[in-house]
Amino acid sequence: MQTNAEITASTLSIKDLPWQIAWSMEKCTLCGSCTAVCPVNAIEPAVFRKRTVEAAINASLRPVSGFKIYYGVRQRTDPAYRCVGCGMCAMVCPNDAIMPYRSDEPDKLRFHLNRGGQAQRRGGRRNSPGGLLDQIKFTRISMLTDPALDAGRHEFELRTLLGRILPPEENMKRLREHGWIPPVREIYPLIIGGMSFGALSPTMWEGLQMGIAYLNEEMGMPVRISTGEGGCPPRLLRSRFLRYVILQIASGYFGWDEIIHAIPEMKVDPCAIEIKYGQGAKPGDGGLLMWHKVNRLIAAIRGVPMGVNLPSPPTHQTKYSIEEAVAKMIQSMSMAWRFRVPVYPKISGTSTALAVLNNLTRNPYAAGLAIDGEDGGTGAAYNVSLDHMGHPIASCLRDCYLNLVQLGQQNEIPLFAGGGIGKSGNLAANAAALIMLGASGVQVGKYVMQAAAGCLGSETGRCNICNIGLCPKGITSQDPRLYRRLDPEDVAQRIVDMYVSFDTELRKIVAPLGRSTSLPIGMSDALGISDKAAADRLRISYVV
Amino acid sequence: MCRLVAITSDTPVSPMTALNALDVMREGHDGSGVGLFLRDLGGPLEEMKDEPILSGIFTEPGIKRLDSYMINMGFLTKYKITIKVPKVPPPGVPRRDMYLIRAYEYPEEWEELSREEKEARLVGIRLTLQEMGRENKDMIVFSFWPDTIMIKEIGDPLAVGKYLELGNEKLNARIIMAQGRQNTNYAIDLYACHPFFIQGFSTMTNGENTAFVPIRQYLRSRAEPGYTGFYSDSEVFVHILHYTLKHLGLGVEAYKHVITPLQDGDLESHPNGEFLKHLKRTCRKLIIDGPNCVIGVLPDNTMFMAQDRKKLRPGVVGGNPGTYVFSSEVCGLDYILPDRDKASDFQPMHLDTAVVNPDRREVSICRQMQRLPRLH
Repeated sequence: MQTNAEITASTLSIKDLPWQIAWSMEKCTLCGSCTAVCPVNAIEPAVFRKRTVEAAINASLRPVSGFKIYYGVRQRTDPAYRCVGCGMCAMVCPNDAIMPYRSDEPDKLRFHLNRGGQAQRRGGRRNSPGGLLDQIKFTRISMLTDPALDAGRHEFELRTLLGRILPPEENMKRLREHGWIPPVREIYPLIIGGMSFGALSPTMWEGLQMGIAYLNEEMGMPVRISTGEGGCPPRLLRSRFLRYVILQIASGYFGWDEIIHAIPEMKVDPCAIEIKYGQGAKPGDGGLLMWHKVNRLIAAIRGVPMGVNLPSPPTHQTKYSIEEAVAKMIQSMSMAWRFRVPVYPKISGTSTALAVLNNLTRNPYAAGLAIDGEDGGTGAAYNVSLDHMGHPIASCLRDCYLNLVQLGQQNEIPLFAGGGIGKSGNLAANAAALIMLGASGVQVGKYVMQAAAGCLGSETGRCNICNIGLCPKGITSQDPRLYRRLDPEDVAQRIVDMYVSFDTELRKIVAPLGRSTSLPIGMSDALGISDKAAADRLRISYVV
Repeated sequence: MCRLVAITSDTPVSPMTALNALDVMREGHDGSGVGLFLRDLGGPLEEMKDEPILSGIFTEPGIKRLDSYMINMGFLTKYKITIKVPKVPPPGVPRRDMYLIRAYEYPEEWEELSREEKEARLVGIRLTLQEMGRENKDMIVFSFWPDTIMIKEIGDPLAVGKYLELGNEKLNARIIMAQGRQNTNYAIDLYACHPFFIQGFSTMTNGENTAFVPIRQYLRSRAEPGYTGFYSDSEVFVHILHYTLKHLGLGVEAYKHVITPLQDGDLESHPNGEFLKHLKRTCRKLIIDGPNCVIGVLPDNTMFMAQDRKKLRPGVVGGNPGTYVFSSEVCGLDYILPDRDKASDFQPMHLDTAVVNPDRREVSICRQMQRLPRLH
């Protein structure tokens, strides 16, 4: 029993923490599972001493004071071992004797997460639940003249194009004259966004790739996945499955030595090359893989030493301006695959996105633009970047689309939107809303981790420890003891479940709108929102 | 759902024939409007095949403004068909000062112009007149094109026809398209009445184009001044037809490949698969959606019918060599050609375009899975 608790400026009590562990002595079997599984050692087995007073019925006898001990679980209050609320303790407890509960008031811990001057870093995404996408409704139900389309039985064409589309007249001319026509991929509009090998565990990566291969080869759904910035396993580079993969290159160029050397041995071309200039979760900041996760395998694939932090620079160091960077990188990458592979940049949502887009419209090799909004996720970033930096995706995407409409290039440079799609679980509705605002497709990452691998993270500060390799589900860990918890077969199965149900939901949205022959890109007349300002900003209907 | 009937015949036919056929199909339209398109004209205008004919509705001040504008441009009236209207219109039909059908002589300085330039200028004049009419609400101009008359009015088709005395012997044509309107999404505006017209192309539709907004955005950005208006979601069909033939240089059989392209599996095995894949990708923004039966006429008087990808609307073509009728309902066809060979009636399905060439000898069917004719 602590009799002389220290009271200093940084002393926190359990009450000051965001998560409090409730433990029941009556139910606990003292099996130790909870303390063993806790990824951050926030709870530990403890011995408690308790005073007892026994008063006899006979008043003439004096009460006797004694001491008893019992064993239990104690929550630590040191910020380094704070409970992250992941709830793994509850998951493994055989008797439901333990559970983290959220504090009833804002915590005091947040003021102390900077020991040694180290600002808080974490994984996950902006800690702010909900969002505008969930408020958008599909209001143009085709009732008057239509026989309703049957989402279950009719034929639907819900694919999209990734690649530069020429104006029809120009395309005809080049076809006649056997000129170069930019490569275009016909793909499913829901893309798994860049999550690197390294940020994700080997089992998670393997599961994703298996799921993607199954969707393509057994379900006939041309789903594509981006590698993120971390290279690509050598065997995948040399397999026929590479055609389902979008190789990402970012400012750290991690893994690109391996990729470039594999080009002569590639059996098929990759789907596309994504050049990452920015990420919605941490705009203006480069990728970050913390040393905890840089083991031998990761180091080998990325071509770096083991056990060091891998911060990618915020910019592509060899270039001095975005215009130059975009133009040169697109050209070099196109040239590497002899102009057979679409190459497009990915930027973070920003009020300057239009400038980048306008550059792309004049670049004949640019195959598209991916924009990642403020609600995008990350494996590791500074908390301040996650919570406060970035631009919401809806208006950024809409501005870009309307800009293309004005230029008459809305079918030429596909826009892909990412960042917070399916944040509240409404994946198909969010994706359809963005498509109707003008996106050719959407990228999702966090939703995939949640749906396919049971990621525990939330937008209210739960877990969010992807950065330190302690993911209790083994999704973002490089520790075999953790990632063995994740069976790649299960992940693959869940990916397929996720896509098949998404497809059904997407049909259930577009069928009542009378759309089935093509993906309703830019069909903004179908959308409504009960927020006047948002309706005006997005140029959709205001409905109440 | 609107009702459509189109006639292509070696001998000129009165527009009343088409309006009577619409009346037979009247359960399907609410009498909210009628549109007529006449081409390959008979009667007195037969002698003036090359002179542009202005069709529209004018107020007294409007006609004065028109005259001063046209005189300024150097156009002289060559012939006009006067439509005398009784003082009291039938119920639901607005009172108008004048329905105009007037053939003009080209200005002298136009003689040197190429055909393309002439055609572009004719469109320009029509758009200017429409704009002038909108400003003062005194002119509604439907078409300004050689050998073409268009009449549109709000009201029951047959009642309007009788009121305007469209049975008069001066008014007949070898090609007639007529639509009885069922007013749906958009307010009744004469410019929203089918058929729609641009540079010799005309279409009318029975349905709803749910992809209207993105298509409109795309057409507007095509740098073609005639792609304007968009009072109806069906107006884009004529623009897409014009774009396919004029801008892309393709034939009518490619039209369906633009508006409702084949799915990828079918393209793989198609003899023109590679070409069609490119057409589908580049013209993706022109893909229509929703239930639609499109009937159209090309500048060379070819008439066709095409259906949406799912064939959600009725449509039938039948007739004998020399006369063919395209109709949304069989009863409309029966009314006009009761004695035809009914066994050879054809209802185009989701892959078909039924075409009657200007010689009117047969109905030929282009199926999307067939090889396209060689490009010129």
